[in-house]
Amino acid sequence: MTTNGIIQIILYLTVLGLLVKPLGSYMAKVYQGESLLITRVLGPVERLIYRLLGTRPEEEMSWKMYAVACLLFKFAFFILLFTLMRIQGILPLNPQNFPGVAPDLSFNTAVSFITNTNWQAYGGESTMSYLTQMSGLAVQNFVSAAQGMAVLVALIRGFSRRTTSTIGNFWVDLTRSFLYILLPLSLIMAIILVSQGVVQNLSPYKTVPLVQTINYDNPKMDANGKAVLTSDGKPVTEPAKATEQSLPLGPAASQIAIKQLGTNGGGFFNVNSAHPYENPTPFSNFLEMLAILLIPAALCYTFGRMIGDRRQGWALLAAMAVIFIPLLFFCYSSEQAANPFLSPLGIDQSGGNMEGKELRFGVANSALWATATTAASNGSVNAMHDSFSPLGGLAPMVLMQLGEVVFGGVGSGLYGLLAFALVAVFISGLMVGRTPEYLGKKIEAYEVKMAAIVILVPCCFVLLGTAIASVTADGIAGISNPGPHGFSQVLYAFSSMANNNGSAFAGLNANTMFYNTLGGIAMLFGRFWTMIPILAIAGSLASKKYVQPSAGTLPTHTPLFILFLASVVIIVGALTFFPTLGLGPIAEHLMLYK
Amino acid sequence: MLKLIRPTIVSLFIFSVIAGGLYPMTVTALAQLFFPEQANGSIIMKDNKPAGSSLIGQPFDDPKYFWGRPSATAPFPYNSASSGGSNLSQTNPDLVKQAKGRIDALREADPQSATQVPIDLATASGSGLDPHISPAAAEYQVKRIAGARGIDESAVRSFVAKYTDGRQFGILGEPRVNVLKLNLALDQAQKL
Repeated sequence: MTTNGIIQIILYLTVLGLLVKPLGSYMAKVYQGESLLITRVLGPVERLIYRLLGTRPEEEMSWKMYAVACLLFKFAFFILLFTLMRIQGILPLNPQNFPGVAPDLSFNTAVSFITNTNWQAYGGESTMSYLTQMSGLAVQNFVSAAQGMAVLVALIRGFSRRTTSTIGNFWVDLTRSFLYILLPLSLIMAIILVSQGVVQNLSPYKTVPLVQTINYDNPKMDANGKAVLTSDGKPVTEPAKATEQSLPLGPAASQIAIKQLGTNGGGFFNVNSAHPYENPTPFSNFLEMLAILLIPAALCYTFGRMIGDRRQGWALLAAMAVIFIPLLFFCYSSEQAANPFLSPLGIDQSGGNMEGKELRFGVANSALWATATTAASNGSVNAMHDSFSPLGGLAPMVLMQLGEVVFGGVGSGLYGLLAFALVAVFISGLMVGRTPEYLGKKIEAYEVKMAAIVILVPCCFVLLGTAIASVTADGIAGISNPGPHGFSQVLYAFSSMANNNGSAFAGLNANTMFYNTLGGIAMLFGRFWTMIPILAIAGSLASKKYVQPSAGTLPTHTPLFILFLASVVIIVGALTFFPTLGLGPIAEHLMLYK
Repeated sequence: MLKLIRPTIVSLFIFSVIAGGLYPMTVTALAQLFFPEQANGSIIMKDNKPAGSSLIGQPFDDPKYFWGRPSATAPFPYNSASSGGSNLSQTNPDLVKQAKGRIDALREADPQSATQVPIDLATASGSGLDPHISPAAAEYQVKRIAGARGIDESAVRSFVAKYTDGRQFGILGEPRVNVLKLNLALDQAQKL
């Protein structure tokens, strides 16, 4: 690790920490309907939206109603997005004349974007029209994030309310998240990104001449667009000359701003934020990294404020940091190390593992991004995780497998961690033989069962998906690297999809019927079978009485509880995934240093 | 249930119009107004014609040019219509084979350079379009450029210095040399 690298990381954590309170407090005010400058300016728009929707803010929903609204809303958007991709070929704003997207890829992509996963089995600049990107995918970035935040707010109401049957109005929580939080932040961020060089236009791709003509071997294609192979299976090539470059353009900045802020992560271009048009400078990189963790971190403060005990919010943030920071430095030091396989070649490896990394970011910023994007369920990348060292790639994989609760998705990360908190007070209650309480609410069998579903469903789909893919021909066919790393590619893919992250060991050829379908199912369950039980917990808690804390109540804002909560998260993850990690990254690491 | 049908359908239109229409159009308008050059791809103009983008690298293998990061895009390097990394793992034999090929090519082209090859010239970038190399990677190639163009090494070094950017605000990112801009400047200087 270099001094400058460590300074950059400390600077990042400091700026993030300083923004938690102002943004968190602002979001709390928004959700509690307090009068602010922005709510006075945009208030008429908010009220117009309610009128068009035919809802009134004071009209509240039971948790079941809230859940049905969530699901219907997403189902409708799924249909819209799927249709848009299938027929983009005949729609406007398609200067490159891309045809409609294949059905299995459309299914996978639509699921991926409605679930806030943004797993991408396609390359943006070679598949999606501007209309699909802008009016389909980017819209999902907003609404899937807003939905996660809405569900979190409903859960917070469950804690703060007493003996009521309702947990708020979904449409109101959704609209406020969108209009007062995501939209203004994205607008500001998009403009700053453009100033750094992120493209934002509706022009067709621009062709420029190359300064030097390049000779290369072009693989021969037959009439069906399949590569022609020789008798021993090698592709037939013919000499060709490249004299020009086609620069991809489009409305990128507006989409990148929200994909970072909303923990979506779906890139405008194939290589996501490694692309110079998506992330041109170290400053744009700093901002995009900041945007990854900004809202998830600040929501902890929002939580503390809304339940009337800020210490509880800080405690949850601290538990996240306790897990995040060690993994961050573990990843950084692994990436800075030389690759022993390259050592005999006489390379100066002081720059670290630069395969798949961009020079302007270097190792420190690539490792910081990789851990931030997987701690949050963002999934955007600024370097190719597939080419990370075995242990450098283990860190992001573990962060996803912990259930995306270390920061996690906007809203969904914190509600996931709150499920872990319920389990933690339950376990500690068992130890001392008392009925567990959390924030003045008795935690009983129903809540613990629901919390267990929240925690275990994604785990199941990671392991089941990996197991199926590892033993079927269709699954193995996608693997691109030999040895244990090939298994890591599959494990990473399902860890990412079932936990709604969206990043990948991108060498895996995932655009096949097999991965598109199985992955789509994992993403759906990972998102909605955590969201529904959370709403059930919210409903159950809201109906309960407030219990005065007594001398026997476990305080949940102390360092003891913070460490206990972090341990529960790590132990559940380790028990579930250690064997698979042993087969993948750990085995590969041992090969490297044998 | 029925009460939810109307808001569900209406919300499709509302959010699509605001987030998918008004928002990107507002950003596009502001971007084109205040930062037209950046918003349109940071194109470098030479003799009133576009000669590339200062953000997107180009492939070079002629000895008189500085070479950039290896690129894994298909079918030819630095194909900006299809960005991509190699996605080779550290234990993949192909990674070692490719690195060896690159180092052999550099050693052959720069027999005078006794130093070790900097890592960024041996490994492919993430995007395949990385416009930069490290100052060490530029220094490694200076002797070759000076020889091929018949100019002083010190003259080449001053060009390199001119197209080297430090860390942004003195702290962010890594020091870097823009290869395309540097090569264009070298060509320009010799034409005059």
